[in-house]
Amino acid sequence: MLEIKNLHVSINNKKILKGINLAINAGELHAIMGRNGSGKSTLAHVIAGKDGYEIEGDVLFNGESLLDKSPEERALAGIFMSFQYPVVIPGVNNTYFLKAALNAKLKANDQPELDAMDFLALIKEKIKLVEMDESYLSRAVNDGFSGGEKKRNEILQLLTLEPTFAILDETDSGLDIDALKIIANGVNQYRNSERAILAITHYQRLLDYMKPDVVHAMIDGKIVKTGDMSLAHELEEKGYSFLSTKDTN
Amino acid sequence: MSDVIKQAIDQEYKYGFVTDIEQDTFPPGLDEGVIRAISAIKEEPEFMLEWRLKSYKQWLKMEEPTWAKVSYPEIDYQAISYYSAPKKKELNSLDEVDPELLETYTKLGIPLEEQKMLSGVAVDAVFDSVSVATTFKSELEKHGVIFCPFSEAVQNHPELIQKYLGSVVPHTDNYFAALNSAVFTDGSFVYIPKGVRCPMELSTYFRINAANTGQFERTLIIADEGSYVSYLEGCTAPMRDENQLHAAVVELVAHKDATIKYSTVQNWYPGDPKTGKGGIYNFVTKRGTCLEENSKISWTQVETGSAITWKYPSCILKGDNSVGEFYSVALTNNFQQADTGTKMVHLGKNTKSTIISKGISAGKGQQTYRGGVKILKNAHNARNYSQCDSMLIGDKCGAHTFPYIDVRNPSAQMEHEASTSSIGEDQLYYCNQRGISTEDAVSLIVNGFCKDVFKELPMEFAVEAQKLMEVSLEGAVG
Repeated sequence: MLEIKNLHVSINNKKILKGINLAINAGELHAIMGRNGSGKSTLAHVIAGKDGYEIEGDVLFNGESLLDKSPEERALAGIFMSFQYPVVIPGVNNTYFLKAALNAKLKANDQPELDAMDFLALIKEKIKLVEMDESYLSRAVNDGFSGGEKKRNEILQLLTLEPTFAILDETDSGLDIDALKIIANGVNQYRNSERAILAITHYQRLLDYMKPDVVHAMIDGKIVKTGDMSLAHELEEKGYSFLSTKDTN
Repeated sequence: MSDVIKQAIDQEYKYGFVTDIEQDTFPPGLDEGVIRAISAIKEEPEFMLEWRLKSYKQWLKMEEPTWAKVSYPEIDYQAISYYSAPKKKELNSLDEVDPELLETYTKLGIPLEEQKMLSGVAVDAVFDSVSVATTFKSELEKHGVIFCPFSEAVQNHPELIQKYLGSVVPHTDNYFAALNSAVFTDGSFVYIPKGVRCPMELSTYFRINAANTGQFERTLIIADEGSYVSYLEGCTAPMRDENQLHAAVVELVAHKDATIKYSTVQNWYPGDPKTGKGGIYNFVTKRGTCLEENSKISWTQVETGSAITWKYPSCILKGDNSVGEFYSVALTNNFQQADTGTKMVHLGKNTKSTIISKGISAGKGQQTYRGGVKILKNAHNARNYSQCDSMLIGDKCGAHTFPYIDVRNPSAQMEHEASTSSIGEDQLYYCNQRGISTEDAVSLIVNGFCKDVFKELPMEFAVEAQKLMEVSLEGAVG
């Protein structure tokens, strides 16, 4: 589904990613673990289409290069990113925002758009999955939300928009254990054989609940080791230094 | 600045065209003779001429105000023509209206014929200085409502004109009001009799057409005891190279238990997007008096046009328990400048005022909110709530806020809130990542910002206002 080929990325001539190769198939959940500054979030944003990067190599989505596409074209093609720092949009009703997003997608797929009533019925079902109060629907997007509430709101969007590929950028950071379970539960409900997920995290905690198929360790802009869940345990136990010493030149 | 902003700036003014109709126009210049000539053409009674001359003499003694935070080249008042009218004047029905004029309205999206049929809005269309068509007259007459061109009211209802003209905005009020009082050519007049709820929204579309012709409308709305009226005003103007001065005066009078709701959507030519050249100077005096107890005046404005806006719709809360409201959205893009706000003067007991102002600046737009709240000595238990929010789009625009508060009665309750925000790249990226296009995202964010004001607009205007914001902001961010 997603294929990354020898991806090099710099910001202001500073090299962040130094040759990433990655293939994620439908039905798979890949986790990328790494320290702060290792380039994990950059990878997420490059896939999502954020501006301001110098890019070499290629990112293919269902065989087509993404790099010339705008963020909204990528989103409409089925790529979703749960933001590490979800953005506040004052005055814009959460329901209205999500309806605009869903209808943009439906329109792009030549499907009929939902009216306010149908959308409300849908969103009221979805919000139960992330155990949020309905009052969040009438509040402004992420405005005054706590860290955990923002992350749950991201997962609510994931469940409503039903993309084919989801990037979770440190969706577990700043969560207490209850919220973590709710998030993982939401993500697990999203998963099926036709969808794929790339989860970016520092810790194995979230992975314990989500059970990734593949775990990658990233250090200094490179994937230095790929394995299964046992790699996550190893990293948690030994830290990243045991990899960095032998794998960086 | 991103490409998208540039695109927005490059966008041409949608209503920039000039109607080719033969005009009956005075040569440029202003003196007593011109004023006498205007009055003569209008066949005005003696009191009107005297009032005009008195205003002119006053104007000569006054100086153009410079306190507003706007800058423009000096206006040569002798280079302006003070009267212009389409030549064909004797009209009994719409059929007699110049087809080209009707076409102009069609381009503006206000087909009179269709509007008569569909919208239930009575339209008094002012084309330059002479009103050419008035609709729904008979329906209004049935209720005793007078809604007619100002010049007609001078002929048919001189006693009302004499009683109320200048009673809210005296001819001595300010430079532009004095000029208007001297040279105004037409406008609208509304009188709602006792206990009548006006059966429809009243609407006027102004359009400036003739080059170098100052447009000086005069509007007077009187709501008698226990009556209600909602008045809509909407404007667009064609593209011009010369700046066009517009100095209107609007006076509202609300008697006991009466309510006047005055809504404006203003979209005059803002000037060349690249140079700012040629836009309308909109120097307007709008004021209403809540003359007696339990009266209410509510101003709602959506200002997206003009090169320069100088406008402070205000309320004098004289009657006890009277209510004044001001809801405003103002947008300045490219080289536009706006100094706008309101003044609430509390004289009566238990008077209440609400000010909600939303300013949006994009491009090199400069915007100032200027608000005055005055609680006078005898205004016991007066209350005011003010909220003024500014939104900045891009990094070359500016927002300024000057709230003046003057309280002379200790029982007053005052609240003032202000905020400044911007549309961030991160907000747009977030929306984009959810599949929402940049244009839709800007419109979503701006409409969210303006929500509190838009909900005060009558239905017909609320949709138009949202559209106008979209058009005015198209791609204003990237």
